[in-house]
This record gives sequence, structure tokens and C-alpha cells, in this order.
Amino acid sequence: MPRVTVETVDHVARLARLSLTDDERSLFARQLEEILAWAQSLQALPVDDVPPMTHALAVAAWREDLARDGTPREQALAGAPDPAEGLFRVPRVIG
Amino acid sequence: MSLYQCSAADLRTRVAARELSCEEVTRAHLDRVAAVEPRVDAFLCVLAERALERARGLDRSLAAGALPPPLAGVPVAVKDVMHVEGVPTTCGSRILEGYRPPFTATAVARLESAGAIILGKTNMDEFAMGSSTERSAYKPTRNPWDLARVPGGSSGGSAAAVAAGMAPLALGSDTGGSIRQPAALCGVVGLKPTYGRVSRYGLVAFASSLDQIGPLARTVEDAALLAAVICGEDPRDATCSRQPLPDLRSALTAGAAGLRIGVPRAFLAEGVEPDTLARFHEALAALQAEGATLVDVVLPHLPHAVATYYLVATAEASSNLARYDGVRYGRRTGGERDLAALYGETRDHGFGPEVKRRIILGTFALSSGYYDAYYLRAQKVRALIRRDFDLAFAHCDAIATPTTPRPAFRFGEKTKDPVQMYLEDIFTVPANLAGIPGLSLPCGLAGELPVGLQLLGRPFDEATLLRAGAAFQRATRHHERRPAL
Repeated sequence: MPRVTVETVDHVARLARLSLTDDERSLFARQLEEILAWAQSLQALPVDDVPPMTHALAVAAWREDLARDGTPREQALAGAPDPAEGLFRVPRVIG
Repeated sequence: MSLYQCSAADLRTRVAARELSCEEVTRAHLDRVAAVEPRVDAFLCVLAERALERARGLDRSLAAGALPPPLAGVPVAVKDVMHVEGVPTTCGSRILEGYRPPFTATAVARLESAGAIILGKTNMDEFAMGSSTERSAYKPTRNPWDLARVPGGSSGGSAAAVAAGMAPLALGSDTGGSIRQPAALCGVVGLKPTYGRVSRYGLVAFASSLDQIGPLARTVEDAALLAAVICGEDPRDATCSRQPLPDLRSALTAGAAGLRIGVPRAFLAEGVEPDTLARFHEALAALQAEGATLVDVVLPHLPHAVATYYLVATAEASSNLARYDGVRYGRRTGGERDLAALYGETRDHGFGPEVKRRIILGTFALSSGYYDAYYLRAQKVRALIRRDFDLAFAHCDAIATPTTPRPAFRFGEKTKDPVQMYLEDIFTVPANLAGIPGLSLPCGLAGELPVGLQLLGRPFDEATLLRAGAAFQRATRHHERRPAL
């Protein structure tokens, strides 16, 4: 059972691109530890020879690979918070 | 009987016979919404003008001699997790506030082609993460049976709308019980079809190996009517099966005689509130009286289902919710400095506490050093749970449990302790993990509050569940009880 600290939550929050408040950091550290303690029962089950189940459906229904029109540009941009010149604008990324 | 009390089956027959116009039916339901919605708060948006316009259009085409479609003039409420082109989809979240999708979900499009009238979008726990609809960022929905209690969740708005007579039918989505649990707590019927039965094109993803769309209704017959319209392959969803749906009409009249109902007695031994358990045993007796036989089944890994579910579902959710980044749609907060800050602040302001908690848990379970012990292990236990069901279904045609361990709880009762809230899902999550269908039926009152009988079936065998459910509703009157609003 791993010890969950505020640092653990900070690491995970960085991976998940979440800026948490201090209250959230300590609350989630405590709750993550509680949830993991409760999920500890899984650790005792013998599962070494069990293949993982990733999906409930054996076969995907592939369609034919046909060309078709995509979403028009104006439509794709219509819900964007900051569209510009037909593109999604974000803060400067390079230098 | 007022029109808002009629079944979908009745309404569509009378519309097809031109005894009623679609407009009359739609108006009657909009009037009911006006009368009770202020107390129930089931809807995030009511599409009154759009609904009336569509109803009048359908009336004109019927008057011109068009063949009546299967759901002609039947009002349907749609959970706000499915897209209707041009109509806001919020998923109960601030992060999608103002978003208007440029396309319509396949399930909704099929309903509209079948003549159904979409009345509005219903309230839900944010991104379908919750069992009480208290996690909506907009407002809680109240249980029509007791306004001081939750309607269940996450499809709480859909269940409350159907229970309160605002719509005879609704669409919900079910990742760990989100159709069946609110159906049980609001005294209506809810069906989670087999994984892959219904196209998820236009359904906002929560946990993609578990999510499924399904109907809420007041009768099994109505649930079957809606299912028949939305099930079936869709070239826009590769996870939607090509297996054809059998004719459900014969299932509805076949009766329960000869059905073998499995009862996992060991699994029910503790934790179920006494009145809820008593209603469950009475329901089993009613099915027996209809000619079903009860057999004992053992599902040894079910006690691990909730923990397995919360690792698998949150891992998938953490990945699916990565798309809400304040760049392509939805709300953007801050981030004048750099891109990382834009993502972080947008997501911290846009997501509510339960969604953040689940993103943290899911990201943790997937992260380097913990993946094998949590996510991979959960997927293996998931395989064992599926195997339990496969073995059990060698001896029975359906498996019965209560839908929930107890009736609706009060607002705020379980929000403090996430584990307590998660444990409410003990009877519903196994079906999602195994990918099998599940039906919840009203089976009486525990005190003054409805509880549900859940029937689980083999993959792609919704027909047997509907057969048993229809026989149960012919033999009992629980589904006729209505909340006194």
C-alpha cells in the first residue's frame, strides 16, 4: 500500500494538467489514500495467469475505408474560445 | 387519464390512428413540465419551440398520408451527455458551458427519424460521475417521490422526468449503473443494453470500455419500443456490434414460464437494507408464481467489482477528459503566460470536485510505478468477473439482484465520503465490467420510496430480460404507482 502524500498528488496533478488549490491537494491526498486502502483487496487475488480484459466486445465492426468530407473549418472553430485566422490560438509555445 | 400519464405505446398508437396530434401530445407534456419542473429540476434545458415545431411538421406529414413512424409524436427527454446539433451539451459541467455541438448523436438521430419529439436535455452528475445528480455543476435534481432526496445518478434528470410524467421516455447513459440506479430510486424502468448494442457516436465519453446508452420508461414495453429504435450497427462507431436485435414483441408476451433465474445468495447476505431485501424476495416469489424457477448461482469475484470498477473507469476517464483543455471548445480560464498554465487553470476552474478526484485516481492508477499494481490488476480481476458470469449463465437465463442496497438517500448524506458513495454501485457495476445487459424494474416501496429489481442477462440477450420484466409487470402493479407531486 503506497503512502499518499501531497507530493504524490502534485506529481499526478502535473501529469493530468490540473492546477489544484492547496485545499484540494490535501483533500485529494487523504481521499486517494482512503480509496487505495479500500481497493487493497484486489492485491490478494491470484491473477498472474489471467489475461487482462481491456474490452467487453471481441470484434470491432470495421467500416470500409472510404473518403468523405470532414467537419467544415468554420464549424470546427465555432466552439473554440479563441479562434484566429482559421486556427485555434494558444499562448506562445516556442521561445 | 391525462396525456402525460399515458405510456409511449398508447400515445404512438393513438397518434398513428390520428386520434391525437403530435402537437397535442407535445403540449400536454410541456404543460406538465411547466407544472412540476420548478419542484423537480430534471432539465438543464427545455426545447419547447423546437419540440412544437417538429410535432407540427410530423402532423403535417401524417395528414398528407405519410406512414406513421414507430414513435410518432412520443416525447423523449435526452440526458445532456448526448449531442443534438445546435443545442447546448454541458454534461453537467462548467467546462462545456456554452458549447453547441455541430452534429447529432446517432441514438438521438434515430429517435427523431422514428418520429420521437425531443423535449429537452436532462440534468446529470458532471460527466456522468456520480450516483445522486448532486454533482451537476448547475443544480441538483430532486426525487419526485420525496423532494428532500436524491433521484440517483448519473441519469437522475432523465429518471426524474419520466417518474414525474414530464416525458414517457428518456435516454440515459450507464457506465456503472447510471441508468439502472436512478431508475430504481425513481420507481421507473431502466435498461442498460449489452456493451456494443447502441452506437455511441455523439455520446460524450466517460469510460469507453464501459459506457452504454439505454432507455428509461415507465413500462417494460415502452423501454423495449425505445431500445428497438436505437439499437443496431452504425458505421460511425466501430465498437457498435453488427449483431441484429431480435424481434422484441414476441419476448414481451412470452411469459416467465420456464425461465431459470439465478440468485447470488452469498452476495446478498449483507449490506442490503431490510425493506429493500424484502421487496426483492417478494419480486422473486412473483416471478416464481409466473412459472420461473430460482437457482442458486455463485459469483465469487463480485465483492471486488466496485474497487475494480473505480480503477478501470477512472483510468479511462482521465484519458478521455484530457480533451477539455480550453483550446478547441468549451471554457478557457487564464493561461496568459503559457500553455501549461492555460491547461491547468482551465481544467481546475472548469471541473468540479468529483471529476478532479477521479482524474487524480485514474491518472495515479495509470502512472509509472503503479500501473501494474492498480490498472493492470483491475483489468485482470475484470476478466475474472466476466468469467463468473459466463459460468453462472450455464445454469440460468438471467440473474436477479436488488438494483441498489437501499432506497434514495437525502441530499448531502454521502457527498463527504467518496467510498460510501461508490459502494452504492455494488449491484450495478458488475454488468458494465462484464459487458452484459441489465434491466431495473420497480418492485415496490421500502417505506415510502421505490426500490428496484435488477435482472442481468447474457451478452446480447436483452430479449430474455424484457420477457421476464414484461411478465413481472403483468403479474404486479408496482409500475403503476406514481409519486404524489
